[in-house]
Amino acid sequence: MQTIFTDGLCIGAGLAGERAALEMAEAGFEVICLSLVPARRSHSVAAQGGMQAALGNCAMGEGDCPDVHFEDTVKGSDWGCDQEVARTFVDTAPVEMRRLAHWGVPWNRVVPGPKTYYKGGKAFEKVEAEEKSGLINARAFGGTAKWRTCFASDGTGHAVLYTMDNRAAQLGVTVVDRTEAIALIHDGENCLGAIVRCLRTGELVTYLARATMIATGGFGRIYRNSTNAVINDGGGCIIAQDTGLVPLGNMEAVQFHPTGIVPSDILVTEGCRGDGGTLLDKDQQRFMHEYEPEKAELASRDVVSRWMTHHMRQGKGVQSPYGEHLWLDIRHLGEEHIRTKLREVDEICQSFLGVDPVDSLIAVRPTQHYSMGGVRTDGTGAAYGLKGLFSAGEACCWDMHGFNRLGGNSLAETVVAGGIVGKTMAEFLAGCEVSFPTATIRDIEKREQERMDGLLSNVGGDGEDAFQVREAMFDVLDYAAGIYRNGTDLERGVAELQEIHQRSLNVSLKSNGLGANPEIALALKLPGMVRLALSVTYGALMRTESRGSHTREDHPERNDRDWLNRTLAYWKPGAELPLLEYEPASPSMAIPPGDRGYGGGKIISADEPKPSE
Amino acid sequence: MARTLRFHVFRYNPQDPASTPHMDAYVLDETESMTLYIALTRIREEQDPSLMFDFCCRAGVCGSCAMVINGRPGLGCHTKTADLPERITLLPLPFFKLVGDLGVDTGTWFREMYTRVESWIHTEKQFDPASEEERMDNETAEQIYELDRCIECGCCVAACGTARMREDFLGAAGLNRLARFMIDPRDQRSDKEYFDVVGNDQGIFGCMGLLACEDVCPKHLPLQDQLGYMRRKMAMNALTRILPWKK
Repeated sequence: MQTIFTDGLCIGAGLAGERAALEMAEAGFEVICLSLVPARRSHSVAAQGGMQAALGNCAMGEGDCPDVHFEDTVKGSDWGCDQEVARTFVDTAPVEMRRLAHWGVPWNRVVPGPKTYYKGGKAFEKVEAEEKSGLINARAFGGTAKWRTCFASDGTGHAVLYTMDNRAAQLGVTVVDRTEAIALIHDGENCLGAIVRCLRTGELVTYLARATMIATGGFGRIYRNSTNAVINDGGGCIIAQDTGLVPLGNMEAVQFHPTGIVPSDILVTEGCRGDGGTLLDKDQQRFMHEYEPEKAELASRDVVSRWMTHHMRQGKGVQSPYGEHLWLDIRHLGEEHIRTKLREVDEICQSFLGVDPVDSLIAVRPTQHYSMGGVRTDGTGAAYGLKGLFSAGEACCWDMHGFNRLGGNSLAETVVAGGIVGKTMAEFLAGCEVSFPTATIRDIEKREQERMDGLLSNVGGDGEDAFQVREAMFDVLDYAAGIYRNGTDLERGVAELQEIHQRSLNVSLKSNGLGANPEIALALKLPGMVRLALSVTYGALMRTESRGSHTREDHPERNDRDWLNRTLAYWKPGAELPLLEYEPASPSMAIPPGDRGYGGGKIISADEPKPSE
Repeated sequence: MARTLRFHVFRYNPQDPASTPHMDAYVLDETESMTLYIALTRIREEQDPSLMFDFCCRAGVCGSCAMVINGRPGLGCHTKTADLPERITLLPLPFFKLVGDLGVDTGTWFREMYTRVESWIHTEKQFDPASEEERMDNETAEQIYELDRCIECGCCVAACGTARMREDFLGAAGLNRLARFMIDPRDQRSDKEYFDVVGNDQGIFGCMGLLACEDVCPKHLPLQDQLGYMRRKMAMNALTRILPWKK
C-alpha cells in the first residue's frame, strides 16, 4: 500500500480544515488536506447568510461588543455550551473577520446615510454613521440582540471559501481531492494518520501524520431530508467514533432550519427573515408574533422550527403533494433588494421551484440543517481520547453551540476555531516527536483492505441492498429523532436501528465496485452512519428533558437539576449500543442558567429538590 | 399526464478493464419539480448502483454537477426535466479528464489555473490584528463579489472553441479570475504583471470571440465584458511599451 508522510493532515478541506492548514503552513510545516470533492465544492461554500462578529460598525449594531455576542450565544445554546469556549470565540471573531478582509473577502461595507429596513413586515428607518463609512457591515440574524452578521451579498460562504483556498494555494498547502478517509490509524494512545480511499481508482493509501484533524462537516445526510450537501454523511465522526476511544459529544442536538424549501430541501437563508421576511400559514396570516411577541420570526432556529411544526399540527399548514408546508414571504422587500441582497435566494426560487419571490410566496418547512454534536474536543481543539487528533467546525463538538446554534455563528466558528485549532496543532507539531509502529499500521491497513475485499469478492451475493438499508435508517430517524421526540418512539427507534445496524454489516454489492463506483463507497460507510443514527437516537432517549433543539414531548421542561451536562457517546468494539457518559456542560458559568427570553417552556432549576421517590 | 422520460447516458469506467465507452438507456416516470439531480439519483438507487456522477450541494452553488445536457453544458442540479424533451442525452463535460460516466476531474484543472494566474491578493502589507480593517467603498466590494461568483463548474471551458484547440488556454474562468483581482484595490500587482500572465495566446489573445462561455455560464457572469475590459487595458499597456514617450 502506498504510504505518504506529512506533518499535519486535515481530513476535510472546507473552511475549518483549510483555516487550520494555513496556521500550520505559516508555521513552516508540511500540510495535506484530504477532501471528498475539490476544496471549493466543500459544503462551506453553500453558507449564504454570514458570520457573526461583534464589530459594531453598522447603525443597528451600535453598542455591540463581545459581551453581548457572548450572552446571545449562551442563551441560544440554552445553557448547553461550554462558556469558556463561547467566550474565546466571541473575543476572536472580530479579528478573524478583519483578517479575512485582509486576505481578500469582499465583505459588504457600511454606506453612510439613511436607509429603510423591515422588521416583521413593517418599514423602519436607520441612519448609518459617516465615520463608519467603508467598514465591514452587518445584517440581522435570529436570536441576536444586535445586527452582527458580516456578509458578502448572500454568498458569504462562497466568498470566504474561495479566499481561503486562494490563500492555501499561495502558501502551498496540498489539497488531495476525491479522497475519503475510511479509518484512523492509532496505537491506542496516539493518532498517527488515516487509511484513505482514492475515489478515482478505489485504491487505499496510507497517510501517516504527526497531527491529524477531523474537519469533515456535519452528518445531516443520515436524515432523509436535509439542507446539507450530499457529501455530509458524517465520515469524520464515524472514523473517530470507530476508534472506541474518542467520544462524540451531544449527538442528540440536531438543528432543524425553519426554511428549507419544498420539495428539494434547499436552504433559503435566515437573512430573508433578518431582512424582514415573514412566515405565513395557509390563510396567508402571520403567526410567529403570536407565539413569540418579542422576537417573532427572529427567535432562535429551534424555537421558530418548533412553532412552525406546532402551527402545522393545528391544521394551519398548506397541503401539497410533498407534504405540509408554510410560506415565506419576502415580496414586500422589493425587487431591488431581492435581486441584489438576496440574489442566491432569488436564483434558488427561480431555478428549483420555478417561482419568482418578488411576487410569489416561497414554500418552506423546517428541515434538518446542522449537527451541534460531533468529535468532542477541549477548548484548544484536541480530541478526547487520542493524542495528536484534533477537530474543528461542524464535525466537532468544541462546544460553543450547546443545544442550539445561532445563525451566523457556525460559519464564523469554522474560521475562528480553524485558526485556534490550527495554532494548537502547529504548537503540537513544534513540540512533539511521534514513532510509527509498523506492525500496528500494517494491521490497520490489512483490516481495511479486507473490509473492502470482502465487499468486492461478494458482488451479487444475497446480502442486503445498501440503499434499502439506508432508507430504513431514514424512516426511523424521521419518526423518532425529528423536531418533537418522545420516549415511546425513541425506544422503538433504538431497537429498530440496532437491527438495521446488523443489516448494514451484511451488505452485498449489486455492481462491481470498481474505481469511482458509488455503491461501494456507501457500503463502506453505512455501518458507521447507522452508529451515528443510534448515537443520536439513544442519546435523545436517555436525555429526559427539553433543551434547545432537543424537544421531548414527554419531558417538556428544561431540567438544569439533572441535565445541565453534555452527552459523550463512545462506541466500544463489537458493541450494539453507544456507551453514554456525561460531563458538566461548562467548567464555569459566567452567565448562570436562566430564561432565554424566547421559546417559553418551564425550567427545573439546578437547586430545585428532587421529587421524593 | 405524467411523461415517461428516456435517459441516454454515457458510460465508461476507466478503472474497469472490461468497460468500453458506450451509451446506456434508462426509463423513468417524471414527477413534479423533477431535476436531473432527482432523476439521476433515482436511477442510481433504483436501477443501476454503478452509475457515476457528481452532485454535492445540489443547490446550484458548488459547481460539481456540470454535464452536457442534450448537447449543452449546464448544471444537472438546477436543470428541471420539465424544460427538456422526453428524450434526454447526458454526456460528461469534454476537455476535462474523465473520472467515470458523467464525472470529470475539474479540480485538477482549476487548481492549475489559479496557480497560473496567482489567484490571491498580492500585497506587501502585513495583517495587524490590533487595528481596524482597511476601509473599502461598498460599490467596489460588490463589484469584486460579482466576479467572485464563479463556481468553477467548468461549463465555460467545456463550451470554448479555443480550449478545444489549445489545452493551455486559461479560459473564461481564468480570465474572469484575474479580472477579479485587477479591480481589487488590495491587490498591488501592476498592469505589467497582469499583462505577463494574460497578454498572450494562452490568455486574452487566444480568445476567438465565440462567446459560448457567457451563453452557458450558469451564474450568468459577465464574461464577455471582462474579456473586453482586459483587452482594452492590456492594449493600453502594450501601447505604452511600444511608444517610448508614453513610459
